[in-house]
Amino acid sequence: MSDNEKNLKFLDSHEWARDEDGVVTVGISNHAQELLGDIVYVELPQIGSNVSQKDGVAIVESVKAASDVYSPLTGEIVEINEKLSDNPEIINSSPYEDGWFFKVKPQNINELDEMLDSDAYKKLSEE
Amino acid sequence: MKATYLNSKHKDLGGFMVDFSGWEMPLHYGSQLNEHNEVRTNVGIFDVSHMAVFDLDGEKQEDFLRFLLPNDIKKISGQNKAMYSPMLNYEGGILDDLIVYYLGNKSFRIVSNCATREKNLSWLSKIAEPFDVGIDFKSDYSILALQGPNSHKFIKSHIEKDISKFSVHNTDDAMIASTGYTGELGYEIICDQEKGIKFWNEFVSNDVQPIGLAARDTLRLEAGLNLYGTDMDQTNTPYDSNIGWTIDLNDKDRDFIGKKVLEEKKDSKKILKGFYTEERGVLRGGAEVIFDGGSGVVTSGTWSPTFKKNIGFCRVDKNCGEIGSAVLRDKKITLKFCNTNFLESLK
Repeated sequence: MSDNEKNLKFLDSHEWARDEDGVVTVGISNHAQELLGDIVYVELPQIGSNVSQKDGVAIVESVKAASDVYSPLTGEIVEINEKLSDNPEIINSSPYEDGWFFKVKPQNINELDEMLDSDAYKKLSEE
Repeated sequence: MKATYLNSKHKDLGGFMVDFSGWEMPLHYGSQLNEHNEVRTNVGIFDVSHMAVFDLDGEKQEDFLRFLLPNDIKKISGQNKAMYSPMLNYEGGILDDLIVYYLGNKSFRIVSNCATREKNLSWLSKIAEPFDVGIDFKSDYSILALQGPNSHKFIKSHIEKDISKFSVHNTDDAMIASTGYTGELGYEIICDQEKGIKFWNEFVSNDVQPIGLAARDTLRLEAGLNLYGTDMDQTNTPYDSNIGWTIDLNDKDRDFIGKKVLEEKKDSKKILKGFYTEERGVLRGGAEVIFDGGSGVVTSGTWSPTFKKNIGFCRVDKNCGEIGSAVLRDKKITLKFCNTNFLESLK
């Protein structure tokens, strides 16, 4: 496991979340991008939209399949990764850094605690 | 799970292995897009040993094949050639599609799909019996496909001279035929397993990119080549599957399986059409297609690495017009119908 993977929280549906001073960045795991293969389209949420925990708010589509991306937290979308529209392959090459999807300002940051830690997620994805 | 003789080679090369009809096969070796582009612009090597090889034996092989298949083997009789044909049941439904290769000495070889191997063996054996033709299922053969515009460079030391499309070259080591499933110049090599490893190592050590099944699918789709079980099956005839050209009726005296029924189904209302969309998102198999006066269904759909848009095949009415529509993720999108060979129609 890489260092940047260790400090993240995960959903069993393969999203990761990183708390950066009260704003949470969300993306999909390295395992998820491996399963999807080459990613060709991304649909991102609107900035300013309110989302609920476990809402499908984005779509990631590879040559092989399309998949929903769920928000791990209830809150407001404050930023989206515009670069993904023209260069979705960034998700394959850098799932935890340049390939992030959106940032949520959560109503309740404690919802993060409901997520899996990296060890638990790793175990799950190896099953 | 079954495995080809090259299984460990795929794993050594970082192949992402998946279950394909009960076979552990490489889906890709890192990036299916890179692999696709490598075949379109340079060269790639596929292990397709999961496909079925049947060698025929007996005096009446030609008579048997003329009865078995709607395409007429007489066309390539006595020539070192290969011929594509569907194999039909008595109702004209497609049991499989295959290539017949002439091996010399009045002997032929059939190569058909993976998922249908066992069914084909019993069908072939049944039909061959009255012709006294034996069916030898070569389950221990390797099949490699070397495909791409530069493929000739890597095969030329194994063949004496250039061979034109659908030609067969029989050497001591292997049968090498200029056939493939990519729409590119290419060769298929059929040989025993040990020799298969040798060929594979030779190509890979010369930096020929190994190609997985994922790129195989996008390559064949762009080239307008049907996938059995997806674009056509027993419920379809060659006429509604874009391969009506394989039904050879030139010899009026020849009977073949399905002939009578096909004569009635000749004016099929349905056809396989290509389509593409300029909109974002991929319309996949099973999606409904609406056109002026009716509806149809997508049989295969993908994102085209070469043309960077959504392409696919759909089964629609002959008079579907030029434009249709579909719903993708609650959004109506426009489809443009075209010839299924996207390498020509989107050029």
